[in-house]
Amino acid sequence: MKNRLAVIGGILVLLVFVLSIFAPFIAPYNPSNIDIKYILVGPSFSHPLGTDDLGRDVLSRMLWGGRISLEVGFVAVGIATILGIFLGSIAGYYGGWIDSLIMRAVDIMLSIPTIFLVLAVIAILEPSIINIMIVIGLTSWMEPARLIRAEFISLKEREFVIAARAIGATDVRIIMKHVLPNGLSPILVSATMGIGGAILIESALSFLGLGVQPPTPSWGSLLSSGKDNIEIAWWLSAFPGLAILITVLGYNLLGEGIRDALDPRQRE
Amino acid sequence: MLIYIIKRMLLMVPILLGITVLSFGIMRLAPGGPAEAQMEFSAKASAEARERLRKLYGADQPFYKQYATWLKKFVTLDFGEAFADGRKVKDKILERLPITLTINLLSLGLVLLIAIPIGIMSATRQYSLIDRFTTMFVFVGFSTPSFWLALLLIYMLGVQWGVLPISGIQSLDTTGLTLWGRLSDWAEHLILPVFVSAFGGLAGFSRYVRNNMLEVLRQDYIRTARAKGLPEKKVIYKHALRNALMPVITILGLSLPGIIGGSVILETVFGIPGMGQLLYQAVFSRDYNLAMGILVPAAFLTMLGNFLADIAYAFTDPRVRLR
Repeated sequence: MKNRLAVIGGILVLLVFVLSIFAPFIAPYNPSNIDIKYILVGPSFSHPLGTDDLGRDVLSRMLWGGRISLEVGFVAVGIATILGIFLGSIAGYYGGWIDSLIMRAVDIMLSIPTIFLVLAVIAILEPSIINIMIVIGLTSWMEPARLIRAEFISLKEREFVIAARAIGATDVRIIMKHVLPNGLSPILVSATMGIGGAILIESALSFLGLGVQPPTPSWGSLLSSGKDNIEIAWWLSAFPGLAILITVLGYNLLGEGIRDALDPRQRE
Repeated sequence: MLIYIIKRMLLMVPILLGITVLSFGIMRLAPGGPAEAQMEFSAKASAEARERLRKLYGADQPFYKQYATWLKKFVTLDFGEAFADGRKVKDKILERLPITLTINLLSLGLVLLIAIPIGIMSATRQYSLIDRFTTMFVFVGFSTPSFWLALLLIYMLGVQWGVLPISGIQSLDTTGLTLWGRLSDWAEHLILPVFVSAFGGLAGFSRYVRNNMLEVLRQDYIRTARAKGLPEKKVIYKHALRNALMPVITILGLSLPGIIGGSVILETVFGIPGMGQLLYQAVFSRDYNLAMGILVPAAFLTMLGNFLADIAYAFTDPRVRLR
């Protein structure tokens, strides 16, 4: 049962990935091609998913938008994971005051509503694709940090670590070569699901007009123009949202599958 | 236990201070203070007028002085005045709070009402059709962008079928309506926002109940209860459910800040004048007093919620020992 879901997740992830990578070859139209003869036309043979308020082809814009959304997801999670691993390893390995300091920082970050942090940082940085990645990364490193810290605390007293220390390995070497590789599996799960989460945040921000800016297509910014035309053109909202749902679902299912594979104890 | 409570409360002080410093710092880092945000569109404003406004807001002072002034007032629960209209921050918040509170409490109630039976059902019939269906629903629920769901429902129920209003919290003209008419008008406006905000929570919560229930059903005392011949109903609803619902307290504690926080995005989609919208406006007009007035209480509630959840958990479960 679980495995089947994980396979479905993997297929969804792969499908979206391939479609996005080959967008330039698959997309039937140029995504920024304005055609005033076809404004807000519903799904038809020539435009399978309809056209938007400037006559641009929705399917083509979604395929190109997928590249942006995936890019944001991967880079944002990359930033969060690296930051989380760095801070979590230090906190877990050294303990003491530096651990308290980092964990209090985690508490503070978790107590401030994410939406405020994101809004405030966007207000400073101006919305752009790069800044969205940075903002999402900077506001979601807490979970990986906690996970890695817990792994370090349980691993650092094991014999192989003590043996490494006994033969005079440096702290950096112990952390990088001995502890970290053994403590990475929970991170893998959280990062996989994090990609889905980051795509959701990006779409929400772009929807509010604070993320990817038009005319660049992303699924969120497509939905944003869908909102403005909701009364006359349902296809502008329905399809990009469906793309988000399918992608995020894929990463969540895949994450569950990885969790199951890595940790047989939790199997039901 | 008492020592633990005191320790936790003392620990909250530096965290709260950290929260205020961080959010105050981020707000001040933003280019353009409230004076600029207000005068951005009036080219006529002279340099002197700008300077006067900056002085009025204290923006000419160095950061630490501004923070100290703000903190001094804040500890006496004086949130100051909003820059935009000079009204008290407290009044502005109290004006927005009821609608956000109503929507969130209703949706939390709805979540509990639906999620607990679903969770029990799929746990007691693990791997049955209904369990598979809810598992799928949970994943889909987690992955659905709430604002997209809102848009679809607005289109279908509001535009296509025209059975529900699509935005705001009341009709434009309610003067001719009776009290009952006004109430039902208001209720109609709440249906979609409450449903959409419940949807996401529903998935997570029913999963949570299911997993707890499965965990409990494997325990020895359940086997004992069955072995001594108790009817299955009694085993499930009396012995298992009570223990399975205990961790739910934690979730209730954790949802405390969300109840007053309001969702920026849902309030935008549905045009609801709630807390989320207020925060959004405050951040973008650099209204420091207003933003901090919303944010710090929300952050405080987050910590309080965590704290209460831990304490309540320890009280209800004698196996939990807090140190």
